[in-house]
Amino acid sequence: MSEQNKAIHEPLLRVVKRSESSMKQKIVVRAAAILLALIVDALFIFFITGLNPLAVYTTMFQGTFSTAMRFSWALRDLASLLLIGIALAPAFKMRFWNTGAEGQVLVGALATAAVMVYYGGKLPNWLLYTVMCAASVLAGALWGFIPAWFKAHFNTNETLFTLMMNYVAIQIVACCVNIWRGQASGLGKLNMKSKAGWFPQVFGQRYNINLIVVVLLVVLMYCYLRYSKQGYEIAVVGESENTARYAGINVGRVIIRTMIISGALCGLTGFLIVGGRDQTISTSTAGGNGFTAIIVAWLAKFNTFTMALISFLLIFLQKGAMEIASAYALNDFASDIIAGIILFFILGSEFFINYRLIIRGSHKEVC
Amino acid sequence: MDTLIAWILRAIPFGTIIMYGALGETLTQKSGNLNLGVPGIMYLGGFAGFASAYLYENTAANPSAFVTVVLALCCAFAASVIGGMIYSFLTITLRANQNVTGLALTTFGMGVANFFGVYILDGRTATQTMIYKTFQTKIPGLSAMGVPGQLIFGYGFMVYAAIVLAVILHIFLTRTRTGLNLRAVGENPATADASGINVTRYKYAATCIGAGISGLGGLYYVLDYNQGIWATTGQIEALGWLAVALVIFTTWKPLSAIWGSYLFGILYWLYQFLPTLMGFSVPGYVTDLIQMVPYVVTIAVLIITSLRKKRENQPPASLGLAYFREER
Amino acid sequence: MEYAIELRHITKTFGRVVANHNVSLAVRQGEILSLLGENGSGKTTLMNMISGIYYPDSGEIFVKGKPAEIRSPKDAYALGIGMVHQHFKLIDVFTAVENIALVLDKHEKYDLKAIKARARAICDKYAFDIDLDQKVYEMSVSQKQTLEIVKMLYRGAEILILDEPTAVLTPQETDKLFAVLRNMRADGKSIIIITHKLHEVLSISDRVSILRKGEYAGTVDTDMATEASLTELMVGKKVELNIERPEPVNRHLRLSVHNLSVTNAEGVRVLNNISFEAFSGEILGIAGISGNGQKELLEAIAGLQNVDPDSSVVYFPDDDRDSTAEQLIGKTPKSIRDMGVHLSFVPEDRLGMGLVGSMSMVDNMMLKSYGNGHSIFADRKAPRHLAEEIKESLGVVTPSINTPVSRLSGGNVQKVLVGREIADAPSVLMTAYAVRGLDINTSYTIYHLLNEQKQKGVAIIYVGEDLDVLVDLCDRILVLCDGHNNGIVDGRTTTKEELGLLMTALQENKGGAAR
Repeated sequence: MSEQNKAIHEPLLRVVKRSESSMKQKIVVRAAAILLALIVDALFIFFITGLNPLAVYTTMFQGTFSTAMRFSWALRDLASLLLIGIALAPAFKMRFWNTGAEGQVLVGALATAAVMVYYGGKLPNWLLYTVMCAASVLAGALWGFIPAWFKAHFNTNETLFTLMMNYVAIQIVACCVNIWRGQASGLGKLNMKSKAGWFPQVFGQRYNINLIVVVLLVVLMYCYLRYSKQGYEIAVVGESENTARYAGINVGRVIIRTMIISGALCGLTGFLIVGGRDQTISTSTAGGNGFTAIIVAWLAKFNTFTMALISFLLIFLQKGAMEIASAYALNDFASDIIAGIILFFILGSEFFINYRLIIRGSHKEVC
Repeated sequence: MDTLIAWILRAIPFGTIIMYGALGETLTQKSGNLNLGVPGIMYLGGFAGFASAYLYENTAANPSAFVTVVLALCCAFAASVIGGMIYSFLTITLRANQNVTGLALTTFGMGVANFFGVYILDGRTATQTMIYKTFQTKIPGLSAMGVPGQLIFGYGFMVYAAIVLAVILHIFLTRTRTGLNLRAVGENPATADASGINVTRYKYAATCIGAGISGLGGLYYVLDYNQGIWATTGQIEALGWLAVALVIFTTWKPLSAIWGSYLFGILYWLYQFLPTLMGFSVPGYVTDLIQMVPYVVTIAVLIITSLRKKRENQPPASLGLAYFREER
Repeated sequence: MEYAIELRHITKTFGRVVANHNVSLAVRQGEILSLLGENGSGKTTLMNMISGIYYPDSGEIFVKGKPAEIRSPKDAYALGIGMVHQHFKLIDVFTAVENIALVLDKHEKYDLKAIKARARAICDKYAFDIDLDQKVYEMSVSQKQTLEIVKMLYRGAEILILDEPTAVLTPQETDKLFAVLRNMRADGKSIIIITHKLHEVLSISDRVSILRKGEYAGTVDTDMATEASLTELMVGKKVELNIERPEPVNRHLRLSVHNLSVTNAEGVRVLNNISFEAFSGEILGIAGISGNGQKELLEAIAGLQNVDPDSSVVYFPDDDRDSTAEQLIGKTPKSIRDMGVHLSFVPEDRLGMGLVGSMSMVDNMMLKSYGNGHSIFADRKAPRHLAEEIKESLGVVTPSINTPVSRLSGGNVQKVLVGREIADAPSVLMTAYAVRGLDINTSYTIYHLLNEQKQKGVAIIYVGEDLDVLVDLCDRILVLCDGHNNGIVDGRTTTKEELGLLMTALQENKGGAAR
């Protein structure tokens, strides 16, 4: 066969799996992706509004960093997002597509709210908190257990199952909110007078408890996944069920156990959001964070510390976009666009971490 | 009797929204792509359709109803196709995870539609009466022929277009070579590849056209169902997920989407009409629970199909998985 | 004379592995040619180059006397070449007709009725027995195979290649297939059939071509061939390997396998009443063409396979025969381990079963032992020591013991796996294709390790494919053929020819009746 034949046979661009990519490479690729995304975002801002993108980014920066209060609000919202991300980490590490975090958070929040409504003022405070917490964890765990059980026994598609469970939860919450508000137009804060079930103020804010919990959980979940026996089992099941069986791991049991943990932590998030942040409940208590957290968990490759970074980036964008909105009389949906573009770029950049491109003829790598 | 008629008159337009969403997603999933960006795509379609009609009607000296409808349809389709292309490029070419990409697309589409919606209208609400009226135009003589005429012919043309589309999709998937090849790609891309089918091209085409069809659902929602009013609500998102549910409910069969979507419409409006029909009143909170029925039914279908393991009712075998040729 | 297809000096390499070297081969019009060779002799690779899956590095292909460029399956179709792969390329939820329609020529009208009529005509012509409206998932393996052949004929195949078609068939189905093949030959088609079974070669083919270790070893007319002569051509001359074989010491019964049968998910009996005994201080070789039940045998013993009723695997901890014997059937790998039985298993699929590719050496060390101790945290100190130790003692080449094992070369991956299994101080050690894909040095390291274990009193079950190695390394060799125990021979007195015959020709008393 001549050289010519060979050349025809070889396509213009060839994709080859990278055998190895160094830490430096990974960081460079991701940083480049974020930078590119910010440039695209800047172009978007410029063409739509005619505003100077740099000025806009400066304004954006102020959304989070201009005052201590702003920063603390950003941390509060970060806590909600990150908590869900942490809750999802074990499920995703096991390659169980839990798209139902939104619903698991909601049922947890609902359980908390129910305890506040029915037992607020009737139980001593410490007991009330305990019951709220326990109820939310149980509710979330149940919401995680149901699809897991079917997955373990009948291999029912978990992506679609958990997705549907979200809406079941939303409707149940809508129903309860309807009951509790009675004739009023909205539910308002629960136990407004007695403040029963509201978290106590720590360092001046109720939601600071959420922050403490999230910091704790970042470390705990990291250790759980990294160092515990169960974390090890999760990793093996996620990589290869065949190997898991070879190692003597009961795959079905690990799936169910992990989803109970994932659901329970989502439920706990619901408890923290209601008790520490909102003191009320609505169908938007989870606020789409259940979906965003999926992206956070996936991009961070289940490392809770990386998750904290990505969550912070997203919250920063959100706050920044709100700031732009008020400063330039735009609207804060811009944050969704900006976040969307950044997510697309980061998702796309994974390709260049895992593969490299080879141009025909040369042995030079493109990336 | 009047209640029943009113119920059906509500259910069918509602069903039509999600029928478009589901038909597009069925086409997409048949190629093995699980696109969870349907809500975002429906937002894009709804917004693009509305915006084009708005801009045209407000700038043209003498806007024609026909042009505005065609323009809206084309823009909605095109905007949704762009959404589909973003998804395709990331998942097919760059092999990004399908679920995560779909969710990001939902965020993005929602953001784009809502941002520009507010931006263009400058915070006002606008009703596009002319295009709404055109979408609502009924067949003159037939819709006036008593109750049956009203029930069968009492809707805008998009309702009938959806049915026709479902039939076309059914024929396409079962009777044509391209449809057969597409199903092969979704079932077993390696075999399709070995048979000389260009897997990448099929996946791109199905996903983009599927997105375009889904986007028409958003268009129909805004310009017909919602009477030409653009409002930034979460409504479309819920409808988008319902469309995904419908795909599962119909076990990936376009023809079943016709009755399935109307059934979902009936279930959705159950809370308002059933109590009146039965002659008792139901407190508001029960209606919330009744609205959950479509999702519960979908879960039941999901479980039953996984239990019965009947091969015809399973998702396309390669659904959710990226394909690339074995590199040795 | 014009050949239907002729290969001249074909060479194909994958990386550093030479799959085919300078192979020339020709098939006449209207004949059945058998392609014979051991595992890894390059038969399938060669055929894949004719059917457009691979492209040769060098060499030429002539179809009907004209030079041909075959770059894709489509090109092969256009030249009238069709191949039936071992793994069928069919869509499960499609009917037979729909599957045929999938490979339709672009210019042919898409009309399922017309396609069905044409397919029907082909079936009638060659006496294929198949329901064209049946869905593939409802078909038996033999029906699927028939469908593949019909598909190729429909596409106009004049030259048909069958890759081990009888491996999955019952004798009756094989007879049926052969009848059809003879009909096709009578019709002027050329057929290449890859097979290991000598009696089939003799009964079906006109000529036999033999490949040995990627090279062409000759062609003989079937009339002139006997099982013995073919075996000799296939296995070649005995190669002196100089693998040491210490005498068994302190030999006593360790494992007694009785009536072990396994039926797979498709309902095919892949292991048939296997009975044998394994002794401590001895290497028991398992020979056989791959896919004849080796995988199922080892997995059944390890507790990873569902076995048929009445199967029995009894484990004897020491020479006291009855008191402490344990039945292993019905136990999971974990419960076997909890009983204190140190059963080590080096599976064929190293990174898909034995190891987790994305994990480091350290984490892989603890795959079976992570549960030890009462802490909720897994102990990583001991695995780290073990990883260091294995890296040192076996010379594993890796940047660090924290590097994911999937980044290591094949030989190093195997050292990690074997090292871990041996470190468990096993009483039974099972290895499947332990040296497949490894270079000579690493292979010898592995043989040495096995011998060391043997001298420590471990009962070793060694599934291998290289007959030279089996003959030199093993004390006794059990030959599997078609899921049957086709005989156990003494490793010190047997010959490659004897093994080759046992591997390829089912003994009368073993087959037939059991089916």
